[in-house]
Amino acid sequence: MSPQPVLTLDSVSKSFGRIEVIHDVTVDVYPGEVTVLLGENGAGKSTLIKMIAGVHQPTSGRILLDGEPVSITDTKTSESLGIATIHQELNLVPSMTVAENITLGRTPRRFGVINRAEMRRIARDALAQIGLDLDVDTHVGELGIARQQLVEIAKALSLDARILILDEPTAALTTSEIEALFDVVRDLKAKNVGMVFISHHLDEIAAIGDRVNVLRDGGFVAQVPATTDEDELIRLMVGRSIDKQFPREPGVTVQNTPGDGDAAAPGSTAGSGAAQPLLEVKGLNADGLRGIDLSVRPGEVVALAGLMGAGRTELLRCLAGADHYASGEVRVNGRKLKPYDVAAATRAGVGHVPEDRKTQGLVLDASVAENIGYATMGATSRFGLVDRRGQKARAEKIAERLRIRMDSIEQPIRSLSGGNQQKAVFGRWFSAGSKVLLLDEPTRGVDVGAKVEIYELINEITAGGGCVLMASSDLPEVLGMSDRVLVMSQGTIAGELPTAEATQDSIMQLAVSNVHRDEEEPHAASADTGDEGATA
Amino acid sequence: MNAAAKQRHFDLKSFLANNGALVGLVVLCIALWIATPHFLTGPNLMNIGIQVSTIAVMAFGLTFVIVAAGIDLSVGSVAALSAMVSAYWTTTAGLPDGVSILVGLAVGAMSGLVTGMMSAYGKLPTFIASLAMLTIVRGLTLVVSDGRPISTSESVSFLGSNLGPVPMPIIVMVVTGLIAAFVLNRTIIGKNAFAVGGNTEAARLSGIPVKRVLVTVFAISGLFAGLAGMLLAGRLDSAQPTLATGYELDAIAAVVIGGASLAGGVGRISGTLVGALVLAVIRNGLNLLSVSSFWQQVVIGVVIALAVGFDVIRRKNVRH
Repeated sequence: MSPQPVLTLDSVSKSFGRIEVIHDVTVDVYPGEVTVLLGENGAGKSTLIKMIAGVHQPTSGRILLDGEPVSITDTKTSESLGIATIHQELNLVPSMTVAENITLGRTPRRFGVINRAEMRRIARDALAQIGLDLDVDTHVGELGIARQQLVEIAKALSLDARILILDEPTAALTTSEIEALFDVVRDLKAKNVGMVFISHHLDEIAAIGDRVNVLRDGGFVAQVPATTDEDELIRLMVGRSIDKQFPREPGVTVQNTPGDGDAAAPGSTAGSGAAQPLLEVKGLNADGLRGIDLSVRPGEVVALAGLMGAGRTELLRCLAGADHYASGEVRVNGRKLKPYDVAAATRAGVGHVPEDRKTQGLVLDASVAENIGYATMGATSRFGLVDRRGQKARAEKIAERLRIRMDSIEQPIRSLSGGNQQKAVFGRWFSAGSKVLLLDEPTRGVDVGAKVEIYELINEITAGGGCVLMASSDLPEVLGMSDRVLVMSQGTIAGELPTAEATQDSIMQLAVSNVHRDEEEPHAASADTGDEGATA
Repeated sequence: MNAAAKQRHFDLKSFLANNGALVGLVVLCIALWIATPHFLTGPNLMNIGIQVSTIAVMAFGLTFVIVAAGIDLSVGSVAALSAMVSAYWTTTAGLPDGVSILVGLAVGAMSGLVTGMMSAYGKLPTFIASLAMLTIVRGLTLVVSDGRPISTSESVSFLGSNLGPVPMPIIVMVVTGLIAAFVLNRTIIGKNAFAVGGNTEAARLSGIPVKRVLVTVFAISGLFAGLAGMLLAGRLDSAQPTLATGYELDAIAAVVIGGASLAGGVGRISGTLVGALVLAVIRNGLNLLSVSSFWQQVVIGVVIALAVGFDVIRRKNVRH
């Protein structure tokens, strides 16, 4: 439609030292359109974005703004050219108000004193641009992630941004929050803002994208319309077709008793007599959790679904020994687990893949081998000496089995792609021989190819007689990979569905049903700040 | 993916980039060798060796704390208390000299243990816990000595003497350096310290006993500080109540110049030794060149800022 792109990356390349990470890529961004960058982790999306944002400069090729070549030497230049980047990690100061954040770095002053009235006016105008109704004196730290993101977008627009780069903006949002964000994006399209959008969720691309630029291994693969079907997009991204996005194979227990998968007792009491539950939780109460009962049998994958802040992460952390619980008991293989003791849980065969691999899962400066070895380092040491050779051999075996792509087992894990980092966290528990895997958003920020590999790992665990309790906000994943679904809401288990009968709608109904009931109760105000975005 | 490919085969460039402090030390020595004939002489080098030994031994222990993302400001005071108690033990109380060194070491380790407990179980930031210990321990030193120096025991004095042509402090420094490097790199204590310092939460969720690790590294720091205090007192044949005042700052500087990160997770004993040598050689060189001690302080400060500044830039480049 509009022939003149507002921004063009014209056959850009980028090398770090001798390694070329971007090779001859051309991308056009048109005003009023959403240009999608699609590719696996490590395909070069973030390097491209950093070139636009002024963090990196292309080694060769040009960047054109309105057809004129520009040189974006640093982030300040990028900003002054009307380019704004919304990163996954937000650039807001939590202890300051919305108005202070929006005017940060250009605080209006009169006679050297901050002009608060003017500051509020600028902030209100900015929020009005995206139709966000919010008190500008609220501290940003009190807002949920979703609204913080909108504040950041408002800030960018108040700086007259004409090009908005959205780097995985939906990764931490719930379905309703994503809808609200997309409304803003559609609105900005109408206002002729050119947007670059990165997401691993193919359905989102179809929902708001216009053109999709597919990258693979730093090279440009194709530009296709956003209406292209998912299988084709995956084929372009991965370079091969993936037969099944969700390759769930029933575990041993289910195989031994045919039809059991469908008939799995809806009551969470160990029931069905097929096998002793491997993991059993009775009457667990903790901060943000009330009366949790559940059991998981060997060979089973049980999904924990629910809105953000429903207590899924809290529950998994209690079971892993990472957090205290007030009352209740956790049994693994029939034996009571000592509360708040990760080492005891590890010995009992519990493995925990936490929500955020960078801040909770990995020591980023340490090597792949060390990161895989942390759970076994203590147990295999003799006379206080680390079993270096054994640790390395075990790590190498695991890395090969899990197909962790790397140059060397001694390389810092920081330099691996997200999917491979996540596989290393899994590897730690494979190496420790864990039977009960507690997975918290196991494929968040992981590309399609690595996702399928992680699903295959889940199959391996259950095939070996282990079990999996998996918290996930990705409903297709919940439906595709679990045998049963437990839906959590406001710290309780709101209901259970056999996966065969569950639908996205029936899960969401359970996820929100309890919320409404609770809102009528007097203590509903205790809902923590983290999830206010979900109920808004 | 790209960073590690370079590291596979040895190349001089990356070796130099990773050992900036060592390069600086060599350059410094060459410069001083040219500038003054007195620098590269046997007696002067022995002198540097003796001077560096106290700070180096102290800094070896401190490296453990810094690798575990903590800081220990109490090492100077702990050195004084250890030296004082061991002197009191033999000279004032008349108890057997044979164990006076062990007594001093135990006092050091216990002091560190207390700092570690305050931080691990009392949840005080290590900066605050060790700052509190700095004054507590210095106060105890004055209490024990009643503000007066006490003669050291014979075995502590032996630590300050010569063994043949070689000063004992240098021997002690080399031996403890080897032990410290072994413990830091090969044992579960050291590896746990790296994990805790690199990412405390990830370490905890992997089942590593984070609190015990913290207490242990502080106990090690106290132990080494105690030994350093006795080396210093042994040279003077007496334990002064003001012994090693302010040494904690030199020890921290040595660790940091040696490439450790105050954010934790990074550090080497060899680096710490080089850091301590850099400080000692600069002091010695400036003395030989008759630079006033007032200006020496300025120079040392500039060196610390430069050394760490270069390191920050280097790290940034590595991570592109």
